[in-house]
Amino acid sequence: MKKSIVLLLIMLLATSFVFAQGAKEATVSADAPLKVGVIYISPPGDMGYSYMHDQGTIAMEEHFGDKVEVIRMEGIPENESSERVMENLIDEGCKIIFANSYNYQQYMLNVAERYPDVYFEHCSGYLSADNMSNYFGRMYQMRYLSGIIAAEMSSSGKIGFVGAYNTPEVVRGINAFTLGARAVNPDATVTVVWTNTWFDPSLERQGSVALLDQGCDVIAQHQDTTEPAKAAIERGKYAIGYNADFRKIVGDDHVLVSPMWNWGNYMIPAVQSALDGTWESQSYWGGLEDEMIHLSPLSPLVPEAVADEVMSVQDKIHDGEWDVFWGELKDNTGSLRQNTGEKMNDEAMLTMDWFVEGVVGSV
Amino acid sequence: MKFRLEKRDYRSTRMAVLVPVVSLLVSFILGAIVLLISDANPFQAYAAMLKGAFGSQTKLQYTLVKSIPLLLCGLAVGIAFRLKFWNIGAEGQYVGGVIGITWVMQFWTFLPTTLLLPVGMVVGILFGAMWGGIPGVLKAQWSVDETLTTLMMNYIIIGFAEYLYFNAWKAPRGNMGTVLYPKEAWLPRIWGRVHGGIFFALILVGILWFVLYKTRWGFELNMIGKNKRAAECQGVSIKKNIILAMLLSGAIAGLAGVIDAAAVTHQLTKGVDSGYGFTGIIIAWMSGLNPIISIIVSVIMAAIETGSDALQMTMKLPNAMGAVLQGLILIPLLAGNIFIEYRLLVIKNRKEVTA
Repeated sequence: MKKSIVLLLIMLLATSFVFAQGAKEATVSADAPLKVGVIYISPPGDMGYSYMHDQGTIAMEEHFGDKVEVIRMEGIPENESSERVMENLIDEGCKIIFANSYNYQQYMLNVAERYPDVYFEHCSGYLSADNMSNYFGRMYQMRYLSGIIAAEMSSSGKIGFVGAYNTPEVVRGINAFTLGARAVNPDATVTVVWTNTWFDPSLERQGSVALLDQGCDVIAQHQDTTEPAKAAIERGKYAIGYNADFRKIVGDDHVLVSPMWNWGNYMIPAVQSALDGTWESQSYWGGLEDEMIHLSPLSPLVPEAVADEVMSVQDKIHDGEWDVFWGELKDNTGSLRQNTGEKMNDEAMLTMDWFVEGVVGSV
Repeated sequence: MKFRLEKRDYRSTRMAVLVPVVSLLVSFILGAIVLLISDANPFQAYAAMLKGAFGSQTKLQYTLVKSIPLLLCGLAVGIAFRLKFWNIGAEGQYVGGVIGITWVMQFWTFLPTTLLLPVGMVVGILFGAMWGGIPGVLKAQWSVDETLTTLMMNYIIIGFAEYLYFNAWKAPRGNMGTVLYPKEAWLPRIWGRVHGGIFFALILVGILWFVLYKTRWGFELNMIGKNKRAAECQGVSIKKNIILAMLLSGAIAGLAGVIDAAAVTHQLTKGVDSGYGFTGIIIAWMSGLNPIISIIVSVIMAAIETGSDALQMTMKLPNAMGAVLQGLILIPLLAGNIFIEYRLLVIKNRKEVTA
C-alpha cells in the first residue's frame, strides 16, 4: 500500500517538473494580438450584469478585430481564487485585465503589485495603483429617471426595491430612484429588501415576492437576474429592469423601463490606450455625457406625457444643468443631510451609507 | 446466475486501497463522457487541467495553497467520522475560526502586534472547537442527531459572519469585509504563494497519525466507530469520547480557517464560506480516514479546482464544468465503498438432477 502512495507522489512530482520546464516565457512579436483577460462574477448567461459586460467585451472585440484576443473567465468567486485566475491570465500572455465585480479589488491590487507591466482595470471599486484603474458609471442618473416612471405608474404609491448588498453603489441607486419617485409623487415610498447576493435567482425572487406581499405594485431591482421582475409580472404588477433590456428578455410590456450599461464605451478606449502604450491609471466615473449609461426604450404602457417628462429631465442631466443629488436632502430618520443650493461631491456619493427620506428600510 | 452481497469478516485491506483508486478512475471516465458531450476532447481537457494545476511554479504554489485548508478540513472531518459521528459542520467550524482570529486582530488592540497572530490563532481554534463541541455535547447527552445539528450550525455561523462583515465589523467605504489585519501579524509566505500554514498542516498529520494509530485513545475511537457496544463493555466512555473528538474536529477545522485568514485573505470577508469544509468530507472519505493519505487526496482535490481554470481559459468550456468533474468524484466512491465491507458472491444456478 505504501509503495503505491510513494509511486503516485513521484508520478505527480515528475509530471509537474515536466510541465514546469515546458512553460517558457511567451515572446510577443510586434503584430501579435494584444491579449485581453476578462473576469466575470457570474456567467454572461445571467442576462444581467455580466451579460452586459460581455456585450461591452463583444463590442470591443468587434472594434479591434484581430488586433486583440480575448480570454473570458466567468463565474469566478470573489476570494483568493480570483487572484489565481488573474495570474493564470497573465501566464497566458494577457497584458490588460478587466474584472467586473466589487470584491475583486483587493485581490487585483495584490496581483497588480506583483506585475507592474500588466494593466489592471477594476470595475465598481475605489482602489487603484500606478497600473490599476477603477471605472464605473453614474447609474444613479438612470435610477432617478426610472424612479419617475415607477411613481407615475404606481397606483398605491408603494414601490419595492430588491437590493443586493448595502454597498454605496446600491444605496446611492436606491436613493436616486426614491428621489425620482418622490419628485412626481411626494407621498411615494420605496421599501427595500436585501438579498445579500448579486446573483441568486431564487433568493432574488423571494425578495420580490416579499415586497409584492406587502402591497408594492412596482418592483425595481439591483440584482443580476430577471427573477425579481418576473415575479412582479406574474402577479400583474409592474417591474423596472436593470443592466439589460428586461422588456425584450422577459417579453412583457409590464417591464416599464430598464436602466442599462454601455461598458464597451469604457473598454474600447482603455484597450486602445493599452495598444498605443498611452495607458494611464485613472478613477473613471462616466455619466450620460459619455453614454456609459442609458435608458432602454420605454414600454408602450408608459403614457407619452410621462415619457416627455423623463426626456426633459434627462436632457437637463446630460447638459450638466442639474444632477440628482443637488439641493436639500433629508435622510429617512428626518435629519437634514444637505442644505438647499449645495451639490454633493463625488466622494460623498461614493461613500454614501444612508437612505434619503421616503426609503423604508435600513442600510 | 444470481448475485448476493455477503458481509466480510474483516474490512478488506485490498479493497480499501482498490476502491478509491478505481473509483477515481471511474469518475475520470464519467467526466470524459461529460466532456465528450460538451464537444471537448477529454485527453486535451485533462492534460490542460494537469498543466493548469502543476504546470509552473506559480501554478503548483496556488494548488498547494488551496490544498492546505482542504487537508485540514479533511483531517477534521476524518476524526469525527472515525466514531461514525457525521460531522457535516466543518464548514461552519472553519468560519468560526476566521471569526475568532478576526476578532482578535481587529479589537484586541491592547496586545503588542507580535502577539496578535499567536493569540488570534488560539482564539480562532477555540471558536472552531466550540462550534464543533456544541453538536458533540448535544449528541452525547441527548442523542440529538448530529447530521442535522452540524449542518444547521453551518448556516447559523455563516449568517453571523455575514452580519459581521456587512454591518458590525464592516470597514469604512462600504467594503464587504473587515479592515485588513496589520501586516506584521500576517502568517508569512515561505515559497512564492505557499505560506507557513503548510507546516502546521503537515505536523498535524504526523501528530494525528501517531495519536490515531499508536495510542490507547486512538484505539478507543476506532473501537467506538466499529462496535459501540463492545467498546462500552470494555469500559470506554462513549459520551466523553464523542465530545472530545468533536472538540478536536472543530478545533482543526477552526485551524484551517485561522490559517487561511492569517495567510491569504487577511480579513473576514465575503467568500469566507468557501466550501472547504464540505470538500473536506470528500477528502476524509477518499482517504479512508487516514491522515497520511489525506495529503495526496487534498492535493488532487485542490488540483481539480485550480486546474479547472484551464477548462475555461484554453478549452473555452463553461465554468460549471470544473464543479461537475469534482462532483463526479464522490459518486463512484460512495458506490464502491460497499465492497470494502461486503463481498460480491456469484451463485450459479444448478439444475437438480433427479434420478
